[in-house]
Amino acid sequence: MSSRLSSQKDVGSLLANWLGLLALWIIFVGTFDTQEVIAGAVVAALVSFMATGPNPARWQVVLSPRRLFTLLAYLGYLAVAIFRANLQMAAIVLSPELAIRPGIVRVRTRLKSPLGRLVLANSITLTPGTLSVDVEGDEFFIHWINVDSEDADDATRRIVSGFEHYLEIIFG
Amino acid sequence: MLPIIGALVVLVGAAFMVLAAIGIIRMPDPYNRIQAGTKASTLGVVLALIGLGIYEIDLLPKLIVIALFVLITNPLSSHALARAAHAAGVPLADETVRDELAAARAPKVIEEETAS
Repeated sequence: MSSRLSSQKDVGSLLANWLGLLALWIIFVGTFDTQEVIAGAVVAALVSFMATGPNPARWQVVLSPRRLFTLLAYLGYLAVAIFRANLQMAAIVLSPELAIRPGIVRVRTRLKSPLGRLVLANSITLTPGTLSVDVEGDEFFIHWINVDSEDADDATRRIVSGFEHYLEIIFG
Repeated sequence: MLPIIGALVVLVGAAFMVLAAIGIIRMPDPYNRIQAGTKASTLGVVLALIGLGIYEIDLLPKLIVIALFVLITNPLSSHALARAAHAAGVPLADETVRDELAAARAPKVIEEETAS
């Protein structure tokens, strides 16, 4: 039983998890001292072995220079979006009449990869004013603090398209 | 010079957290409170961490990693709260314009009732 389970583990993602965890460990201990690195390597191996399961191919991300570059551009775009939207939220919270028109709207995504959809839903939630409440297939249900469009296509364009443009390239 | 910049960044972060607190008090229903609370505080926490990193430059790599954790986990928890609230039938505020999620859920409830 256990051999069957372990044979299902994906070696590539096991290795990637181990390296990522080890890098985190080294950042946190802040030293390349042999004892620390060995302890970190052992713990990272244990954790990545327990946490890595059979990895469906659709969760895998293929790295390429273009994707890495797009990822950096996306992080910059996201940072600007978060900051701008936080200022809008501050204006709403401080205005005496509390000008909100909340509602839950339905938007569609073109993204196919589950990881891309996860990042999209998280990005929507991170930008204030919109909050992912539920996901069903390619439909996202978004709580929007200021509903100012009447149909799904317009809402999709305003909430999703900016992120999708980048995520389509990164996750395919 | 760096400590002053760092302190200013922390101050801006703290200001966003104050706004989040005001938002939680003023907003009419849980969904809007999540909107005001969790997200302004995300930016607030990230700015406070980065500001501390500028103030104490040796800590910057660790603090960036912690900020990334906050950025990844905070939207997940607010999504989980909102989804659970909606599934548990927490009503939306009177100002609410529409609720397409309830509309999408409604036919299913009828199906389940007829099936049972």
